[in-house]
Amino acid sequence: MSKLSSDVVSAGSQLVERVHHELSLVMDPEIPVVSVVEMGMINSVTETSEGHIRVAFSPTFAGCPAVEVIARDMENAAIKAGATTAEVTLSYNPPWTSDRISEEARSKLLSFGLAPPPVASSGSTLHLFDSEYDAYKTSCPNCGSDHNRLVNPFGPTPCRALHVCESCQEPFEQFKPL
Amino acid sequence: MSDSTSVEMRDYFLQLADSELVLGHRNSEWTGHAPILEEDIAIANISLDEIGHARLWYRAVSDLSGEDPDRLAFFRNASQFRSSQLVEQPKGDWAFTILRQFLADSAERLLLTHLATSNLEMCVDLAAKIAPEETYHFRHSRSWVKRLALGTAESRRRMQDALDTLWPLTSQIFPSPSAELAASGATPDSAELFGVWADSVESFLTEVSLVTPGGERPVHEARSGHSKSLAPLLAEMQEVAHLEEGAAW
Repeated sequence: MSKLSSDVVSAGSQLVERVHHELSLVMDPEIPVVSVVEMGMINSVTETSEGHIRVAFSPTFAGCPAVEVIARDMENAAIKAGATTAEVTLSYNPPWTSDRISEEARSKLLSFGLAPPPVASSGSTLHLFDSEYDAYKTSCPNCGSDHNRLVNPFGPTPCRALHVCESCQEPFEQFKPL
Repeated sequence: MSDSTSVEMRDYFLQLADSELVLGHRNSEWTGHAPILEEDIAIANISLDEIGHARLWYRAVSDLSGEDPDRLAFFRNASQFRSSQLVEQPKGDWAFTILRQFLADSAERLLLTHLATSNLEMCVDLAAKIAPEETYHFRHSRSWVKRLALGTAESRRRMQDALDTLWPLTSQIFPSPSAELAASGATPDSAELFGVWADSVESFLTEVSLVTPGGERPVHEARSGHSKSLAPLLAEMQEVAHLEEGAAW
Protein backbone atom coordinates (compact mmCIF):
# COMPACT_ATOMS: atom_id res chain seq x y z
CA MET A 1 0.00 0.00 0.00
CA SER A 2 1.45 3.37 -0.96
CA LYS A 3 1.96 6.09 1.61
CA LEU A 4 -0.79 8.12 -0.04
CA SER A 5 -3.37 5.34 0.41
CA SER A 6 -2.51 4.83 4.05
CA ASP A 7 -2.85 8.59 4.59
CA VAL A 8 -6.35 8.39 3.15
CA VAL A 9 -7.24 5.45 5.39
CA SER A 10 -6.16 7.19 8.59
CA ALA A 11 -7.81 10.46 7.54
CA GLY A 12 -10.96 8.44 6.80
CA SER A 13 -11.27 6.97 10.23
CA GLN A 14 -10.84 10.42 11.77
CA LEU A 15 -13.57 11.79 9.55
CA VAL A 16 -15.84 8.85 10.35
CA GLU A 17 -15.28 9.48 14.07
CA ARG A 18 -16.10 13.15 13.67
CA VAL A 19 -19.25 12.25 11.74
CA HIS A 20 -20.30 9.89 14.53
CA HIS A 21 -19.84 12.72 16.99
CA GLU A 22 -21.89 15.18 14.92
CA LEU A 23 -24.62 12.58 14.46
CA SER A 24 -24.89 12.23 18.24
CA LEU A 25 -26.00 15.87 18.25
CA VAL A 26 -28.81 15.29 15.75
CA MET A 27 -31.95 15.14 17.83
CA ASP A 28 -35.07 13.22 17.01
CA PRO A 29 -37.39 15.97 15.70
CA GLU A 30 -40.44 14.54 17.51
CA ILE A 31 -38.64 13.76 20.77
CA PRO A 32 -35.97 16.47 20.95
CA VAL A 33 -34.32 15.12 24.12
CA VAL A 34 -32.85 12.07 22.42
CA SER A 35 -30.42 11.84 19.52
CA VAL A 36 -30.75 9.62 16.49
CA VAL A 37 -27.68 7.74 17.72
CA GLU A 38 -29.23 7.03 21.13
CA MET A 39 -32.42 5.91 19.40
CA GLY A 40 -30.32 3.30 17.62
CA MET A 41 -31.12 4.48 14.13
CA ILE A 42 -27.59 4.45 12.68
CA ASN A 43 -26.63 1.25 10.87
CA SER A 44 -23.27 2.42 9.55
CA VAL A 45 -21.07 5.36 8.71
CA THR A 46 -18.47 4.78 6.02
CA GLU A 47 -16.07 6.87 4.00
CA THR A 48 -16.69 5.41 0.57
CA SER A 49 -14.08 7.54 -1.14
CA GLU A 50 -11.92 10.34 0.15
CA GLY A 51 -14.10 12.96 1.82
CA HIS A 52 -17.33 11.22 0.82
CA ILE A 53 -19.44 9.91 3.67
CA ARG A 54 -22.34 7.50 3.48
CA VAL A 55 -24.62 7.18 6.47
CA ALA A 56 -26.97 4.19 6.43
CA PHE A 57 -29.85 4.62 8.83
CA SER A 58 -32.81 2.50 9.75
CA PRO A 59 -35.99 4.49 10.43
CA THR A 60 -38.15 3.57 13.40
CA PHE A 61 -41.65 3.30 11.95
CA ALA A 62 -42.01 2.97 8.16
CA GLY A 63 -44.61 5.73 7.91
CA CYS A 64 -42.74 8.13 10.16
CA PRO A 65 -43.20 11.57 8.58
CA ALA A 66 -39.93 12.75 10.09
CA VAL A 67 -37.76 10.47 7.96
CA GLU A 68 -36.87 13.11 5.38
CA VAL A 69 -36.10 15.71 8.06
CA ILE A 70 -33.88 13.26 9.90
CA ALA A 71 -32.06 12.31 6.70
CA ARG A 72 -31.42 15.94 5.87
CA ASP A 73 -30.17 16.66 9.40
CA MET A 74 -27.83 13.69 9.18
CA GLU A 75 -26.46 14.87 5.85
CA ASN A 76 -25.82 18.33 7.30
CA ALA A 77 -24.11 16.74 10.30
CA ALA A 78 -21.74 14.83 8.04
CA ILE A 79 -20.83 18.02 6.16
CA LYS A 80 -20.35 19.85 9.43
CA ALA A 81 -17.98 17.08 10.51
CA GLY A 82 -15.84 17.85 7.47
CA ALA A 83 -17.14 15.56 4.74
CA THR A 84 -16.85 17.02 1.25
CA THR A 85 -19.99 15.25 0.17
CA ALA A 86 -22.44 13.10 2.08
CA GLU A 87 -25.31 10.80 1.28
CA VAL A 88 -27.82 9.30 3.64
CA THR A 89 -29.37 6.00 2.66
CA LEU A 90 -32.20 4.04 4.21
CA SER A 91 -31.19 0.61 5.35
CA TYR A 92 -33.33 -2.26 6.60
CA ASN A 93 -30.60 -4.70 7.33
CA PRO A 94 -30.51 -4.92 10.26
CA PRO A 95 -33.99 -3.47 10.75
CA TRP A 96 -34.60 -1.05 13.57
CA THR A 97 -36.19 -2.51 16.69
CA SER A 98 -37.04 -0.65 19.88
CA ASP A 99 -34.43 -2.76 21.70
CA ARG A 100 -31.85 -0.58 19.93
CA ILE A 101 -32.85 2.39 22.10
CA SER A 102 -29.98 2.91 24.53
CA GLU A 103 -30.38 2.73 28.33
CA GLU A 104 -29.62 6.43 28.59
CA ALA A 105 -32.22 7.29 25.98
CA ARG A 106 -34.80 5.31 27.93
CA SER A 107 -34.31 7.47 31.02
CA LYS A 108 -34.41 10.59 28.89
CA LEU A 109 -37.72 9.44 27.37
CA LEU A 110 -39.06 8.89 30.88
CA SER A 111 -38.01 12.36 32.06
CA PHE A 112 -39.61 13.77 28.92
CA GLY A 113 -42.87 12.14 30.07
CA LEU A 114 -42.86 9.35 27.51
CA ALA A 115 -42.91 5.79 28.88
CA PRO A 116 -40.12 3.81 27.19
CA PRO A 117 -41.00 0.58 25.36
CA PRO A 118 -40.58 -2.71 27.20
CA VAL A 119 -37.33 -4.52 26.43
CA ALA A 120 -37.70 -7.99 25.01
CA SER A 121 -36.02 -10.28 27.51
CA SER A 122 -35.53 -13.00 24.94
CA GLY A 123 -33.55 -10.78 22.60
CA SER A 124 -36.20 -10.28 19.95
CA THR A 125 -38.98 -7.74 20.26
CA LEU A 126 -41.21 -10.04 18.23
CA HIS A 127 -41.78 -12.04 21.40
CA LEU A 128 -43.51 -9.04 22.95
CA PHE A 129 -46.29 -9.75 20.51
CA ASP A 130 -46.85 -13.33 21.66
CA SER A 131 -49.32 -12.22 24.27
CA GLU A 132 -52.00 -9.68 23.49
CA TYR A 133 -50.83 -7.05 25.98
CA ASP A 134 -47.15 -7.56 26.79
CA ALA A 135 -46.30 -4.84 24.31
CA TYR A 136 -48.15 -2.33 26.47
CA LYS A 137 -46.80 -3.20 29.94
CA THR A 138 -45.51 0.05 31.30
CA SER A 139 -45.09 2.25 34.37
CA CYS A 140 -46.45 5.75 34.75
CA PRO A 141 -43.77 8.37 33.97
CA ASN A 142 -45.41 10.68 36.49
CA CYS A 143 -45.75 8.51 39.62
CA GLY A 144 -44.14 5.18 38.67
CA SER A 145 -47.27 3.10 39.25
CA ASP A 146 -47.76 -0.10 37.25
CA HIS A 147 -51.50 0.28 37.63
CA ASN A 148 -52.46 1.87 34.35
CA ARG A 149 -54.94 1.36 31.55
CA LEU A 150 -54.32 1.30 27.82
CA VAL A 151 -56.68 3.86 26.30
CA ASN A 152 -55.61 3.54 22.67
CA PRO A 153 -52.94 1.41 21.03
CA PHE A 154 -52.62 4.27 18.56
CA GLY A 155 -51.59 7.79 19.46
CA PRO A 156 -50.60 11.17 18.06
CA THR A 157 -47.63 9.73 16.17
CA PRO A 158 -47.05 6.24 14.73
CA CYS A 159 -44.67 5.42 17.58
CA ARG A 160 -46.98 6.14 20.53
CA ALA A 161 -49.80 4.49 22.46
CA LEU A 162 -52.02 6.26 25.00
CA HIS A 163 -52.48 5.21 28.62
CA VAL A 164 -54.09 6.59 31.75
CA CYS A 165 -52.54 5.99 35.17
CA GLU A 166 -55.13 4.63 37.60
CA SER A 167 -53.06 5.81 40.56
CA CYS A 168 -52.38 9.46 39.82
CA GLN A 169 -55.00 9.80 37.06
CA GLU A 170 -52.55 11.37 34.62
CA PRO A 171 -52.75 10.37 30.96
CA PHE A 172 -49.42 9.53 29.37
CA GLU A 173 -47.96 8.29 26.11
CA GLN A 174 -45.85 5.19 25.68
CA PHE A 175 -43.26 4.59 22.98
CA LYS A 176 -44.55 1.43 21.30
CA PRO A 177 -42.21 -1.54 21.10
CA LEU A 178 -41.32 -2.62 17.58
CA MET B 1 -31.34 -11.19 -11.70
CA SER B 2 -32.32 -11.77 -15.35
CA ASP B 3 -34.21 -9.08 -17.22
CA SER B 4 -37.42 -11.09 -17.35
CA THR B 5 -37.24 -11.93 -13.63
CA SER B 6 -36.65 -8.27 -12.93
CA VAL B 7 -39.77 -7.30 -14.90
CA GLU B 8 -41.84 -9.90 -13.05
CA MET B 9 -40.47 -8.86 -9.67
CA ARG B 10 -41.23 -5.22 -10.46
CA ASP B 11 -44.84 -6.16 -11.17
CA TYR B 12 -45.05 -8.16 -7.94
CA PHE B 13 -43.70 -5.25 -5.90
CA LEU B 14 -46.16 -2.90 -7.64
CA GLN B 15 -49.05 -5.19 -6.67
CA LEU B 16 -47.93 -4.79 -3.07
CA ALA B 17 -47.14 -1.08 -3.25
CA ASP B 18 -50.26 0.01 -5.13
CA SER B 19 -52.56 -1.92 -2.79
CA GLU B 20 -50.96 -0.35 0.29
CA LEU B 21 -51.19 3.11 -1.19
CA VAL B 22 -54.83 2.74 -2.21
CA LEU B 23 -55.80 1.21 1.13
CA GLY B 24 -53.89 3.94 2.96
CA HIS B 25 -55.73 6.58 0.98
CA ARG B 26 -59.13 4.97 1.58
CA ASN B 27 -58.51 4.81 5.32
CA SER B 28 -57.38 8.42 5.36
CA GLU B 29 -60.85 9.39 4.15
CA TRP B 30 -62.08 8.72 7.69
CA THR B 31 -59.92 11.50 9.16
CA GLY B 32 -62.24 13.71 11.14
CA HIS B 33 -65.24 11.47 10.39
CA ALA B 34 -64.67 8.26 12.31
CA PRO B 35 -67.44 7.20 14.71
CA ILE B 36 -65.38 7.89 17.83
CA LEU B 37 -62.22 9.89 18.51
CA GLU B 38 -60.04 6.90 19.41
CA GLU B 39 -60.87 5.24 16.11
CA ASP B 40 -60.21 8.44 14.19
CA ILE B 41 -56.71 8.39 15.67
CA ALA B 42 -56.31 4.66 15.10
CA ILE B 43 -57.37 4.68 11.46
CA ALA B 44 -55.18 7.71 10.73
CA ASN B 45 -52.21 5.84 12.20
CA ILE B 46 -53.01 2.70 10.25
CA SER B 47 -53.37 4.75 7.10
CA LEU B 48 -50.03 6.46 7.66
CA ASP B 49 -48.32 3.12 8.27
CA GLU B 50 -49.78 1.78 5.02
CA ILE B 51 -48.51 4.72 3.04
CA GLY B 52 -45.13 4.11 4.67
CA HIS B 53 -45.28 0.48 3.59
CA ALA B 54 -46.25 1.53 0.07
CA ARG B 55 -43.18 3.75 0.03
CA LEU B 56 -41.00 0.78 1.00
CA TRP B 57 -42.34 -1.37 -1.83
CA TYR B 58 -42.04 1.50 -4.34
CA ARG B 59 -38.41 1.81 -3.28
CA ALA B 60 -38.01 -1.91 -3.97
CA VAL B 61 -39.29 -1.22 -7.51
CA SER B 62 -36.90 1.70 -7.75
CA ASP B 63 -33.97 -0.51 -6.79
CA LEU B 64 -34.81 -2.75 -9.74
CA SER B 65 -35.78 -0.27 -12.39
CA GLY B 66 -34.49 3.11 -11.29
CA GLU B 67 -38.00 4.59 -11.44
CA ASP B 68 -38.76 7.36 -8.99
CA PRO B 69 -41.21 6.26 -6.25
CA ASP B 70 -43.11 9.53 -6.35
CA ARG B 71 -43.67 9.18 -10.09
CA LEU B 72 -44.88 5.64 -9.61
CA ALA B 73 -47.38 6.75 -6.98
CA PHE B 74 -48.62 9.99 -8.51
CA PHE B 75 -48.18 9.77 -12.25
CA ARG B 76 -49.59 6.40 -13.21
CA ASN B 77 -53.23 6.03 -14.20
CA ALA B 78 -55.86 3.50 -13.12
CA SER B 79 -55.12 1.03 -15.91
CA GLN B 80 -51.46 0.98 -14.83
CA PHE B 81 -52.18 0.42 -11.16
CA ARG B 82 -51.84 -3.11 -9.78
CA SER B 83 -53.98 -2.77 -6.66
CA SER B 84 -56.69 -5.29 -5.76
CA GLN B 85 -60.38 -4.44 -6.15
CA LEU B 86 -60.80 -5.27 -2.48
CA VAL B 87 -58.80 -2.25 -1.38
CA GLU B 88 -60.22 0.00 -4.08
CA GLN B 89 -63.79 -0.27 -2.75
CA PRO B 90 -65.13 2.97 -1.26
CA LYS B 91 -64.85 3.08 2.50
CA GLY B 92 -68.53 2.35 3.17
CA ASP B 93 -69.61 2.34 6.80
CA TRP B 94 -67.32 1.56 9.73
CA ALA B 95 -68.20 -2.16 9.61
CA PHE B 96 -67.19 -2.31 5.96
CA THR B 97 -63.91 -0.49 6.52
CA ILE B 98 -62.89 -2.56 9.54
CA LEU B 99 -63.85 -5.91 7.99
CA ARG B 100 -61.94 -5.00 4.83
CA GLN B 101 -59.03 -4.05 7.05
CA PHE B 102 -59.16 -7.38 8.88
CA LEU B 103 -59.19 -9.32 5.60
CA ALA B 104 -56.29 -7.27 4.23
CA ASP B 105 -54.28 -7.42 7.49
CA SER B 106 -54.68 -11.15 7.98
CA ALA B 107 -53.68 -11.81 4.36
CA GLU B 108 -50.70 -9.51 4.62
CA ARG B 109 -49.45 -11.13 7.83
CA LEU B 110 -49.47 -14.53 6.18
CA LEU B 111 -47.77 -13.20 3.07
CA LEU B 112 -45.05 -11.46 5.08
CA THR B 113 -44.31 -14.67 7.01
CA HIS B 114 -43.52 -16.30 3.69
CA LEU B 115 -41.67 -13.35 2.19
CA ALA B 116 -39.42 -13.46 5.28
CA THR B 117 -37.97 -16.69 3.86
CA SER B 118 -37.63 -15.48 0.28
CA ASN B 119 -34.28 -15.97 -1.39
CA LEU B 120 -34.42 -12.28 -2.35
CA GLU B 121 -32.76 -10.13 0.32
CA MET B 122 -35.04 -7.17 -0.40
CA CYS B 123 -38.14 -9.26 0.38
CA VAL B 124 -36.65 -10.59 3.61
CA ASP B 125 -35.59 -7.13 4.82
CA LEU B 126 -38.90 -5.43 4.04
CA ALA B 127 -40.97 -8.30 5.43
CA ALA B 128 -39.03 -8.01 8.70
CA LYS B 129 -39.63 -4.26 8.81
CA ILE B 130 -43.34 -4.37 8.00
CA ALA B 131 -44.48 -7.44 9.98
CA PRO B 132 -44.40 -5.98 13.52
CA GLU B 133 -46.30 -2.88 12.40
CA GLU B 134 -48.88 -5.09 10.71
CA THR B 135 -49.35 -6.97 13.97
CA TYR B 136 -50.71 -3.82 15.57
CA HIS B 137 -53.13 -3.36 12.67
CA PHE B 138 -54.24 -6.97 12.68
CA ARG B 139 -55.02 -7.02 16.38
CA HIS B 140 -57.00 -3.85 16.08
CA SER B 141 -59.12 -4.84 13.08
CA ARG B 142 -59.71 -8.34 14.41
CA SER B 143 -60.96 -7.05 17.75
CA TRP B 144 -63.38 -4.65 16.05
CA VAL B 145 -64.75 -7.37 13.76
CA LYS B 146 -65.41 -9.47 16.84
CA ARG B 147 -67.03 -6.61 18.75
CA LEU B 148 -69.33 -5.59 15.93
CA ALA B 149 -70.18 -9.12 14.78
CA LEU B 150 -71.17 -10.07 18.33
CA GLY B 151 -72.65 -6.70 19.20
CA THR B 152 -76.15 -5.49 18.49
CA ALA B 153 -78.55 -6.68 15.79
CA GLU B 154 -77.60 -3.62 13.76
CA SER B 155 -73.84 -4.05 14.07
CA ARG B 156 -74.20 -7.73 13.19
CA ARG B 157 -76.29 -6.90 10.13
CA ARG B 158 -73.79 -4.30 8.92
CA MET B 159 -70.90 -6.73 9.40
CA GLN B 160 -72.72 -9.46 7.51
CA ASP B 161 -73.58 -7.06 4.67
CA ALA B 162 -69.92 -6.07 4.48
CA LEU B 163 -68.83 -9.70 4.35
CA ASP B 164 -71.33 -10.45 1.58
CA THR B 165 -69.73 -7.74 -0.56
CA LEU B 166 -66.09 -8.33 0.35
CA TRP B 167 -65.83 -12.12 0.35
CA PRO B 168 -66.00 -12.61 -3.45
CA LEU B 169 -63.34 -9.91 -3.86
CA THR B 170 -60.85 -11.89 -1.76
CA SER B 171 -60.01 -13.99 -4.82
CA GLN B 172 -57.54 -11.25 -5.77
CA ILE B 173 -56.38 -10.33 -2.28
CA PHE B 174 -52.95 -11.91 -2.72
CA PRO B 175 -50.53 -10.59 -5.32
CA SER B 176 -49.81 -12.98 -8.16
CA PRO B 177 -46.25 -13.85 -8.96
CA SER B 178 -45.54 -15.50 -12.27
CA ALA B 179 -45.10 -19.27 -12.04
CA GLU B 180 -41.36 -18.85 -12.62
CA LEU B 181 -41.05 -16.31 -9.82
CA ALA B 182 -42.85 -18.56 -7.34
CA ALA B 183 -40.83 -21.58 -8.42
CA SER B 184 -37.60 -19.60 -8.03
CA GLY B 185 -38.15 -19.07 -4.30
CA ALA B 186 -38.43 -15.30 -4.57
CA THR B 187 -42.13 -15.31 -3.63
CA PRO B 188 -44.62 -17.82 -2.19
CA ASP B 189 -47.26 -19.46 -4.35
CA SER B 190 -50.44 -17.43 -3.98
CA ALA B 191 -52.96 -20.20 -4.64
CA GLU B 192 -51.51 -22.18 -1.75
CA LEU B 193 -51.43 -19.11 0.47
CA PHE B 194 -55.04 -18.34 -0.31
CA GLY B 195 -56.18 -21.78 0.85
CA VAL B 196 -54.35 -21.48 4.17
CA TRP B 197 -55.59 -17.95 4.67
CA ALA B 198 -59.21 -18.70 3.80
CA ASP B 199 -59.27 -21.67 6.19
CA SER B 200 -58.16 -19.54 9.13
CA VAL B 201 -60.40 -16.61 8.25
CA GLU B 202 -63.46 -18.81 7.80
CA SER B 203 -62.89 -20.41 11.15
CA PHE B 204 -62.59 -16.99 12.84
CA LEU B 205 -65.71 -15.73 11.09
CA THR B 206 -67.63 -18.79 12.27
CA GLU B 207 -66.47 -18.11 15.84
CA VAL B 208 -67.99 -14.65 15.62
CA SER B 209 -71.15 -15.90 13.95
CA LEU B 210 -70.59 -14.40 10.54
CA VAL B 211 -71.46 -16.47 7.48
CA THR B 212 -69.49 -16.39 4.26
CA PRO B 213 -71.92 -15.87 1.37
CA GLY B 214 -73.37 -19.07 -0.03
CA GLY B 215 -71.81 -21.14 -2.75
CA GLU B 216 -68.23 -22.12 -3.30
CA ARG B 217 -65.30 -20.48 -1.65
CA PRO B 218 -63.47 -18.10 -4.02
CA VAL B 219 -60.17 -19.30 -5.46
CA HIS B 220 -57.07 -17.21 -5.92
CA GLU B 221 -56.88 -15.39 -9.22
CA ALA B 222 -54.46 -12.98 -10.75
CA ARG B 223 -55.50 -9.35 -10.54
CA SER B 224 -57.32 -8.16 -13.60
CA GLY B 225 -59.39 -5.09 -14.01
CA HIS B 226 -60.18 -2.46 -11.45
CA SER B 227 -63.13 -1.19 -9.52
CA LYS B 228 -64.75 1.85 -11.14
CA SER B 229 -63.92 3.62 -7.88
CA LEU B 230 -60.19 3.56 -8.57
CA ALA B 231 -60.07 6.30 -11.21
CA PRO B 232 -61.88 8.89 -9.02
CA LEU B 233 -59.64 7.90 -6.08
CA LEU B 234 -56.50 8.49 -8.13
CA ALA B 235 -57.87 11.73 -9.55
CA GLU B 236 -58.26 13.02 -6.01
CA MET B 237 -55.05 11.59 -4.65
CA GLN B 238 -52.91 12.76 -7.57
CA GLU B 239 -54.60 16.11 -8.07
CA VAL B 240 -52.11 18.28 -6.22
CA ALA B 241 -49.09 16.55 -7.77
CA HIS B 242 -50.55 17.08 -11.24
CA LEU B 243 -51.29 20.76 -10.69
CA GLU B 244 -47.64 21.59 -10.98
CA GLU B 245 -45.51 18.75 -12.25
CA GLY B 246 -42.00 18.77 -10.91
CA ALA B 247 -42.82 21.01 -7.96
CA ALA B 248 -40.46 20.50 -5.04
CA TRP B 249 -42.02 19.94 -1.64
